[in-house]
Amino acid sequence: MSVRLRELIRSVRQCKTAAEERNVIAKESAALRNAFQEQDVTYRHRNVAKLMYIHMLGYPTHFGQMETLKLIAATGFAEKRMGYLGLMILLDERQEVLMLVTNSLKNDLNARNQYIVGLALCALGNICSAEMARDLTPELERLLQSSNSYIRKKSALCCTRVIRKVPDAVEAFQDAAAKLLLDRHHGVLLTGVTLMLEICAVEPAAVDAYRRQVPSLCKILRSLLMSGFAPEHDVSGITDPFLQIQVLRLMRVLGAGSASASDAMSDILAQVATNTEGTRNAGNAILYECVQTIMGVESSGGLRVLAINILGRFLANKDNNMRYVALNILARVVSVDLQAVQRHRSTVVDCVKDADVSIRRRALDLVYALVNEGNIQALTKELLDYLKVADAEFKPDLTAKIAALVQRFAPDKRWHFDSLLQVMTQAGGDVKEEVWRAFIVLLTNAPELHAYAARSLFRSLRDNLASAEISLLATATWYIGEYGELLVRGGALLEGEQALSVGAAEVVGLLEAVLQRPALQPQCRNYLLTALMKLSTRFPDQADRIKALLAQHRCSAQLESQARAVEYGQIFQYGELRTQLLEHMPPLDAAAYARTVAASGTLNSAPAALAPTNGNVVKDLLSLDDDDDTTTTPSAQASFADDLLGLSAGPAAAPGGTAAPAASPLDLLSLLDDPAPVASTSASGAQQQLDLFGLGDTPAPAAAAASDPLADFGFGAPAPAAAPAFPPITVFDKDGVRVGFAFTKTPGQPALTDITATFTNSGAAPVTGFSLQAAVPKFMQLKLDPASGATLAPMGAGNATQQLHVNNSMHGQKPLVMRLRIAYTLGLEAKLEQVEVKNFPAGL
Amino acid sequence: MTIQFVLLVNKQGQTRLAKYTDQSLSVEERRALEGEIVRKCLARSEKQCSFTQHRNFKVVYRRYASLFFLVGIDNEENELAILEFIHCLVETLDRYFSNVCELDLMFNLEMAHFIVDEMLMNGCIVDTNKQNILAPIQLLEKAA
Repeated sequence: MSVRLRELIRSVRQCKTAAEERNVIAKESAALRNAFQEQDVTYRHRNVAKLMYIHMLGYPTHFGQMETLKLIAATGFAEKRMGYLGLMILLDERQEVLMLVTNSLKNDLNARNQYIVGLALCALGNICSAEMARDLTPELERLLQSSNSYIRKKSALCCTRVIRKVPDAVEAFQDAAAKLLLDRHHGVLLTGVTLMLEICAVEPAAVDAYRRQVPSLCKILRSLLMSGFAPEHDVSGITDPFLQIQVLRLMRVLGAGSASASDAMSDILAQVATNTEGTRNAGNAILYECVQTIMGVESSGGLRVLAINILGRFLANKDNNMRYVALNILARVVSVDLQAVQRHRSTVVDCVKDADVSIRRRALDLVYALVNEGNIQALTKELLDYLKVADAEFKPDLTAKIAALVQRFAPDKRWHFDSLLQVMTQAGGDVKEEVWRAFIVLLTNAPELHAYAARSLFRSLRDNLASAEISLLATATWYIGEYGELLVRGGALLEGEQALSVGAAEVVGLLEAVLQRPALQPQCRNYLLTALMKLSTRFPDQADRIKALLAQHRCSAQLESQARAVEYGQIFQYGELRTQLLEHMPPLDAAAYARTVAASGTLNSAPAALAPTNGNVVKDLLSLDDDDDTTTTPSAQASFADDLLGLSAGPAAAPGGTAAPAASPLDLLSLLDDPAPVASTSASGAQQQLDLFGLGDTPAPAAAAASDPLADFGFGAPAPAAAPAFPPITVFDKDGVRVGFAFTKTPGQPALTDITATFTNSGAAPVTGFSLQAAVPKFMQLKLDPASGATLAPMGAGNATQQLHVNNSMHGQKPLVMRLRIAYTLGLEAKLEQVEVKNFPAGL
Repeated sequence: MTIQFVLLVNKQGQTRLAKYTDQSLSVEERRALEGEIVRKCLARSEKQCSFTQHRNFKVVYRRYASLFFLVGIDNEENELAILEFIHCLVETLDRYFSNVCELDLMFNLEMAHFIVDEMLMNGCIVDTNKQNILAPIQLLEKAA
């Protein structure tokens, strides 16, 4: 025998811990299950009430769903009422059980008792599915014209759900909805207007037809305005503000784009705007809606002035709620009437500093929309000042907005540089990587700023040694490495700049100090190593010190740092060549960079066999990686600058003769082809090393690295280098999901091929449950290893790989063929794809 | 322009009533959402505005003694009108329970639900006239 609901609630309340509560609920659920099994009729509705309580506490209640259906089928009103309530709370439209209730609903919609009809309408309006909507439309059509206002108001709202589920049903309700405007019952008017709004949203053609109703809408509003005190509809002195607001909203939809409709409603809008009292919340809610309608329809200038004045009043209000909604409208109006908003600029900027985060957010959005070439300097200064004191939660947003504004409207490069540097100094961790990468591109193209920028960055880094975050660290490190000599040499100061006198030792010392910072990101450490290496030619007297510094990292636990340290150590052996290798970078192509960022999804995941475009140039500003293009293709010229150090030095790759040494690539290869130092990276270390310097004549192990645009250090990853003869292929590319095959041959066993399948996802939504199955013809044998993972993060942020071992018994006679079945879930949608792979490279 | 959910939560973060129009959330997600929102609203002072953005909802809240009334809406809804609607809901509950308190709602959960259902359907307001709202509910009590 189960306890009463009251006692259940009491015992739950007495629980002191969550575990106790779980216990009580588990016991009660077990008792309920028993009761349901025994078909206990007397307590059924009490049991469902308990289920609802348990559901509210967040425990599973699916076992009781059938009970609600039984209650609905009961004859008593109390049972039915509880049953429908349980239905709405415990079930949703996705459950198939719901189909079973259609018949009971139909019966109840035809019931004689208005309250039973009301219950059925309410349930239908809250949870009906498309099938149910279709089945019950005829009933609804009839009920919408019922003589009972209680039923009319509920069926009108029920229709809003039906047309959302079945847009075709609009036709059935379109005229009936307009008739509701003649009703005298406020509830019916309110729901009727809501239904008309919904119809307009679903069927834009209805807007035209409904324009004829504008006079009736005006009449409703007028009678509400003029009516005396009506106790049942009065809210602090205003008659039915909810209805007024809904009517104003419908007017906005009908008036937009139609001069005549707007004209017809202008008088009443003016009346509402002037006669509504703005001292209480209800009145302000109406004014708020009215202003939006005035700004949303084709109203006259005078009316707009009226609306803007109301906004001004809102904005000056002490009540934060009022200021919030004022900012809200301004943000909507800004695209229509920029001038009106500009007038309130200073107030808006003040709101960015408000104590209330909701208001700050709104204001910031608005400021963002307000900025143009003319006021960027003043507004950015305000925002930068505020950035200093903004709380942590707010900083990422603010930083992103400032960076975007500066990039878009900067009047000149120096100002651009100064502003972004300030942002990076104050909130460096929140500056996005693409922002500071674009920043470096900008700087390389501004030779007049090189010395100034180097000095400023040096100063910032020195003053914020302990607190500098990745954006500042990376930019400053790269810059000091590239233009370190300008710091020492001095050079003309820009206007208003302080002189800086530092020696070479100090510059190297600063980088050393950063290098020794505890918990330095590995990425930064790599940048620092590269910068130091560059400085070794800029400051010959510091070379030994730098050599010693690099040597410290030869045993770094970070593979990438270790590889760099070792490789740079090797370069020291080639004195003359080193200077040429470490020449200045040519300016980076800003337009190409922008294109790359825009197309990063496609470009970087493109198969390695594709010729790299100029866009690749800056993909890796700070690294040596050129892992996803082949520098020996005819387009080597483009990929030249891939390598900031200028290490790629094939004769073809020497536009303007910047960095290319006279030595032929073969020479270089042989120089560097010294397997000893990097034996640890992988068995094919020597092979990889060639790739590192952009001279490898093999396609890089694209399978492992081609996908991630920011995977700077692909060459340190122990990816197996592909045998030169077999370029990797793409076997599947759909919805951003790509499957690439890279091939490895076991020497001496031509029939065997190891295939590394790489799965990447360049789309915006994560891919889950990824699985690859493969089938081969009889003359081949196939073995599949388990995949490294089944989830692919969006934007190529996480790949998975899977090894396939193929034995081709007809090697040399028949090429490889394979059929793949690829299953995955994109968002909520499960996909199953089949592809046949016939484009295997010949000779496998 | 719909109301996504109506929540009554006390200061300790215990949910006293929950009504969702938005059916995309599972039971666990709803529970988590309720906890997060209450924490957010508790952290806000009296003087700050009654609106806050949470995930993709805008939450309009109003506090009555120890109970928070929270309404989640989309961007099209009139925030001030929702505040007024909350007040109307409270007044209706008050009229029915005469001096409503948290315990009334706890022990008469289904009644509170019936009242909300008379006022709100599928995220839209049905009626705000207290007499109209309470008539069908009180009628049954007389019959019983």
